[in-house]
This record gives sequence, C-alpha cells and structure tokens, in this order.
Amino acid sequence: MKKILMCGNEAIAEAAIIAGCRFYAGYPITPQNELPSYMSKRMPEVGGIFIQSESEISAINMVFGASLTGIRAMTSSSSPGISLKQEGISYLAACELPAVIVNIMRGGPGLGNIAPSQSDYFQATKGGGHGDYHTIVIAPASLQEMADLTILSFDLADKYRTPVMILGDGILGQMMAPVEFKSLKPKVESFGKKDWILDGCKGRKPRIIRSLLLAEGELERLNLKLQKKYNEIKDKEQRCEVLYGDDSEIMLVAYGTSSRISRSVIERLRKTGKKIGMLRPISLWPFPEKELKRVAKRAKAFLVIEMSCGQMIEDVKLAIDCARPVYFYGRTGGEIPSEEEIIKTIEDKTRS
Amino acid sequence: MGGRGDGKGIPHRYIQRCSVKEEIIFAGFGGQGIMLMGKALAYAAMNNGRHVTWMPSYGAEVRGGTAHSMVIISDEIIASPVVKEPTICVVMNRPSLQKFETRVKKGGFLIVNKSLIDIDAARNDIDILNIPATNMASELNSLKSANMIILGALLAKRSIVSLESLIDALKDALSVSNYNMIPINEKAIRKGFEYGSR
Repeated sequence: MKKILMCGNEAIAEAAIIAGCRFYAGYPITPQNELPSYMSKRMPEVGGIFIQSESEISAINMVFGASLTGIRAMTSSSSPGISLKQEGISYLAACELPAVIVNIMRGGPGLGNIAPSQSDYFQATKGGGHGDYHTIVIAPASLQEMADLTILSFDLADKYRTPVMILGDGILGQMMAPVEFKSLKPKVESFGKKDWILDGCKGRKPRIIRSLLLAEGELERLNLKLQKKYNEIKDKEQRCEVLYGDDSEIMLVAYGTSSRISRSVIERLRKTGKKIGMLRPISLWPFPEKELKRVAKRAKAFLVIEMSCGQMIEDVKLAIDCARPVYFYGRTGGEIPSEEEIIKTIEDKTRS
Repeated sequence: MGGRGDGKGIPHRYIQRCSVKEEIIFAGFGGQGIMLMGKALAYAAMNNGRHVTWMPSYGAEVRGGTAHSMVIISDEIIASPVVKEPTICVVMNRPSLQKFETRVKKGGFLIVNKSLIDIDAARNDIDILNIPATNMASELNSLKSANMIILGALLAKRSIVSLESLIDALKDALSVSNYNMIPINEKAIRKGFEYGSR
C-alpha cells in the first residue's frame, strides 16, 4: 500500500478504526476537529458508532458506558475539553475500564488559544482527576507514530484495563505528512476474552462495575490493587528513543513537536563536532527513567525543551536523582521554540 | 529516489537549490483552492521520495482576509512544519501580498496573482513573477483553476517536481468525487507552465 498524506488527527482516527475501535464520542474543539469529523464518516462505514455529544463530560461518560460492554472506545478533545473529562477519566481508572483519550493540546491556561502547546503534561501524567491513579500517557512525534502508537494505546488499555491518553499538540494534529497503514495490526486477540464486561447476566452471576466502595477497607484494597498494576506498567512499559546516547555529553530531553525541533538542532550541532544527543520519551507515564539513568552515566548535563514553562523537567530531575545539572528552555502560550533559540541556550549553558 | 523534473529550459542553479529544501507559503482567500495547491505539490514531492509536510493556517482568520497553507519539501527529515521565512511564496489576493511579502527569504521567489492584486510588490532582493492567473483561468472558463495555473508557473521557475508528476498527483490530492476536475486542472497547470517558461 502506498503512503498517503493525512493530518495527524485523521491518522489517529484511521488507526483507531484499524485497532477495532467501534465507539467514538466527542465534542468539537480546535485543533482536533479533523478527528471527530473523520470518525463521523468512517464509523458508519465499519458498523461502529459515532456520537457528537452535547458536551465533553457526556462524551467521556458515554465512553465509560461503551467500554464496560467490552467494545473498544475512544474520545478526543483539546486542553480545556480534556479538563472537563477528568472526572470521567478518574472513574474509568477506578473501575479499571480500558479507553483511549486523545488530547491535542492547545495554549492554556483557561480557554487560552488554539495554537500548539505542551502545557498539559502535569495534568496528563500526574493523574489529572481526583484519587490515587495514573493513566498511561503516549506521546507521538510524527505522523507515522500518530498511527502506530494509537494501535499500541488500544492494546495497552485492554492489556492493563486502564485508560490511556495520547498526548499530541496542535502541530501534530494539524500537519500533514506521509503515513502508511499496511503493517498495523492490533494485538487484541492475545489478551483473551474480556470476562469482566456487562453483556447480560442470563445464566451466570451478575457482575458489578462501580467506583463507590463504602465498606471498611474495600477502597484501600482497590487502591493497593491499582498500585500493583501501576508498578507493573512502570516496570514493563517505559518507552523512549535515544539519539546519540553513547557519546553525548549534553542530552536534550524533549517529546512531541519540541523533539522534532530538537532533533534538527542536534543534527546541525553534530556537524560542528558537538557531542550532543537526545532522549525522547514516547511514554510520558510511565516516564522512561531507566534509560535516562543509563544515559546520565555518560552525559554531563541535560537540557529539557518543552512548549510549556517547565513541567517534564521535574520528572527528568527525579529520574536521575539530580545527579547532573538539568537546564530548561521552553516557550509558552502557544509559541514554538526555534532551533536558533535552543542552540543559543546550549551555548549559554555550556560556556560556563 | 525518483525524478526531479526534466529540467528542460530551466537554469541549472534552480535544480541545485531545489534538491535541498523549499519552504513554501500559499496564500489567498477562502475558495481559491489554497489548501489544494499545497496538497497537490506535497503529494507530487512525496511520490518522488522527498520528505514533505503540509500545514494549514488554522488561526482565527478575518472574513475576506487570508488563508494560507505551508509546505516544506526536503531531502532531510523536517523538524517543524511551520514556515516563517518562505523560500517560495504564492499570493493570490492583495491582503496576502501585504501580509507575506516582507516575510519572503532574501533571494526567494514570490508569485503574484496580478489579476486580483492592483499594487506592485516592492522587494528588490527576491525574484518576482507577476501572473494574471485569474484572467487566464477565466479564458479556460474555469475561474477556480487559477490556483493550478500558478502551480504550473511555479514549476516552470522552480523545478521541484516534474510537470507530469504534479499532474499525476492530482489523483492523490483530489477526492474521487472531484476526479472530473482533473482534465481542466491539467490544462490549467500546462497553461501556467507555459506562461512561466516564457
């Protein structure tokens, strides 16, 4: 199959269809509108359900309802809309329901603007809603990854029975680039039959899915069970790409769009002989701390590049126990760091 | 890697330059096919093995103002798809000229739709092609194909892809329901190419 040009929002939508997603609910918001738009066309073609809900809150709760029947379900939005969904995501985590939530981030806080941003990192990786929980957070950086990692997200959601967030930004959602779907295949079969779903209890004991646990000790037991699962995810599902990890003295750390710009910076500086590389987290939660620790043995300093005022930098410092200096450069409010700005920061920080 | 244009009648320096990187802005008002021209060129370049990105302007635009799309064509992986200083800029209406003329990279190339723009571009450190694209399109009885006339002219001056690969790419860039528009678009592209080759 030949490569096609698609925007990132459409690539996620088509990959979701390939992954077997058959329920989508969402409410329009820029810069992710191409996703529901594509779904509204494709879902009926594959016998799935598309609903433009009356609000973001109803969309996430529709996904909750769809997921507990065993169907692969998804919603998408952009920053302010994702804030509205947080209560529902907390419920999904508590009830151990798989779902994929896409956040194509825009500038915040508040209603902000519609330009690309990465300022929802804290919200995405630290829980977002109330309670002791985490969602797996996956951060694509190219159109092909928008497709590939969407399939992975559905698989991870089913494997661990947990909500998974795909965290992109306005650039990744809007830009078109070549993408290929031929080799994409979900692993759905390998997880066995879903023996927890609500599909009619005729002839068997009723199942109950709920998050209100009032009996003594019941809620702590749930939390400890969730923590055990999160530890397993932390152990097995850290993902990242390392560029020039073996000889770099300065390591950039960046994801999504800022990693694209950082990659370009690295190739430019490598041509001048500078020993510089990058660690690009693909899973933001679990954060790829094992690889970071490993490259910290060689690297003398880290520079974190974000389209925010500095959020992921905290995880970088934690991962390496502050064993190396960790610098930061970021732009905020929908602005994008330029290659020149990053190079100047590198020069400033390495001069002293 | 596939063809890079036949190069016939085109100064060698252009071919050299085009094989590295072009950052292009297409600007005009809604309905002029601004998004499509970017997409058609991006598809043609992709089919020739190049790295490409296409990015729309999705900001809050003023009614009657400008819409634009940004295309990057490169032999290397493309970092950001956002074009700040275009090496090639197409302006289809007057507000677009006023907005983008100053942003064209020194030594770059500006194409002006002279039919709809009654002022002159003032830069003297860039190449400028004035083309009455909308008038030429009306001669073809297809006002909407002014965008394709300009694409043809662009290829005559900067051989990013061959004329034939652009025409082939129409099938990719248009939805099947618009395939009946391919012959007129092809005609327009050839007419523009002729104009640009003069």
